[in-house]
Amino acid sequence: MSEPATDWRPSERELARRRTRSRQRRHRIVVASIATVVVIGLLGAALLLSPGWPRVRATFLDWHHARESLPSITEGFWINVKMFLIAEPLILVAGLALALIRQARSAWLVPLRGLAIVYTDVVRGIPTLLLVFLFAFGMPALGLAGLPTSLFFWATTALVVSYSAYVAEVFRSGIESVHPSQLASAEALALSRAQTMRHVVVPQAVRRVVPPLLNDFVSLQKDTALVASVGLFDALYAAADYANYNFNYTPYLVAAVFFIAMTVPLARLCDVLARRLARRERAGAL
Amino acid sequence: MRLSRVVTPVAAALLATAVAACAPAEDEPAQSGESASADECAVADLPLVKKGVLTVGTDSPAYEPWFVDDDPTNGEGFESAVAYAVAEELGFTKDQVSWVTVPFNNSYKPGKKDFDFDINQISINPEREKAVDFSDGYYSAAQAVIVLKDSPAAKATSLADLAKFKIGAQTGTTSLTAVRDVIKPDQDPLVFQNTNNAKQAMLNGQVDAVVADLPTAFYISAVEIEDSTLLGQFQYDGGEPEEFGLLFEKGSKLVPCANRALATLEENGTLDDIQQKWLSDAVSVPELQ
Repeated sequence: MSEPATDWRPSERELARRRTRSRQRRHRIVVASIATVVVIGLLGAALLLSPGWPRVRATFLDWHHARESLPSITEGFWINVKMFLIAEPLILVAGLALALIRQARSAWLVPLRGLAIVYTDVVRGIPTLLLVFLFAFGMPALGLAGLPTSLFFWATTALVVSYSAYVAEVFRSGIESVHPSQLASAEALALSRAQTMRHVVVPQAVRRVVPPLLNDFVSLQKDTALVASVGLFDALYAAADYANYNFNYTPYLVAAVFFIAMTVPLARLCDVLARRLARRERAGAL
Repeated sequence: MRLSRVVTPVAAALLATAVAACAPAEDEPAQSGESASADECAVADLPLVKKGVLTVGTDSPAYEPWFVDDDPTNGEGFESAVAYAVAEELGFTKDQVSWVTVPFNNSYKPGKKDFDFDINQISINPEREKAVDFSDGYYSAAQAVIVLKDSPAAKATSLADLAKFKIGAQTGTTSLTAVRDVIKPDQDPLVFQNTNNAKQAMLNGQVDAVVADLPTAFYISAVEIEDSTLLGQFQYDGGEPEEFGLLFEKGSKLVPCANRALATLEENGTLDDIQQKWLSDAVSVPELQ
């Protein structure tokens, strides 16, 4: 039903309300702008006028050192990227396998279930840095024939071991969040337990945990820098090495920029997926 | 509504004061000439971190032969002995020297330092002198190569022979720069955080040879890694021989006084004696070309 265009005029009262609203909005904008300018101005002034600022700028923001350290940091960063790309799929597979083992109901799999529980508990309890140390220095020290001694291999293994435990818990929470009625329906359709998992539970679970999974991967991207502690010459270590020889911290900032450039796109993707997921879940119900 | 109109500006004002309060106190400008007369270096006039006490920094663990038993306060080991000799020359008694732990990569952070000087096998180079001040050198170090006796690298007779092996050195050191610039190995060098990691990597076969400054290398091969030997020593001359210096805050007025003390110790042979006592074994290592 369309309104007759000629009849209706806003009342005086309505016009007054509108005037008040727009006055309030202008007022808010002015206050917000002033507050922002003042706060940023004060923070900036505190930084720039502090007596140590010239020294800080020389130590952390030196263009010459940034340029000089760039090639070795870039080269080191490839190690981070390679490590991330290799570890990520392995972690997904291992994490999902662990989660499924923990959910298995078969009596034969009880020992495996126990191991999976112990694994996630123990691994999550050990700081990732320690795992990297233990694997990179400990494993080659066993001297077992056939085991590689490559630091890259063992550091990547340590990251896979550590993150698969976290990712397994993420998958498990996803699996447990699938409503029991789904299981009942699958059973009513005469699906076996394995078929239910394969066709009903896991697809829903995975879709639901995509945002937290990506969150873990953002964190993994940064944690590839932990391998610097065992002497893999990654971006962080390249920066530290340059800094220690030349007594200038600028390379650390250069390395930080690299890591930001890598993590920010994934973090944004994470947000987009979470929004899309929320929209899709609501679409049916509301 | 009314309340928040009052509260907000007050909160903003408080924030402003807090930000202003964060600004640190003004550093006093420090400028120093290179020489100092005796009366300028009287203990009472020295600009010390803690009054009446000479605060000396070094890293922990403190490795031999530079320190003994990881305890800088016992006066044993080359650098501990040098620190106490300098302190005595400046007019401090042994119990007026106090030690603080300064990790190597903290030693050059900008701002106030919590030590009067740091002694930690720190090589003097021009880049570093932009960030801190150094005393004159108290030791010039050669580089040395450690290998396992039964490793193929042990058969190398020259630096060129070493190029085809996997070589390791500690991060941020002249040793690492020497590996890169002098040996130029075919594979990227393995870079350690500290000598303990170097030791482990060598035993694991992750690295064929380790380069370190001669006294450290001597200690590693003699005490820490059985079945290892010193292949030889070489000078890394990035222009001039490498020297270790005491590290001071940029602009510290202590530098000329410490230099005076070091010069005296050099003249009266004390520095030589200390070196003989703690580093004497290192002399008979063959030169590598």
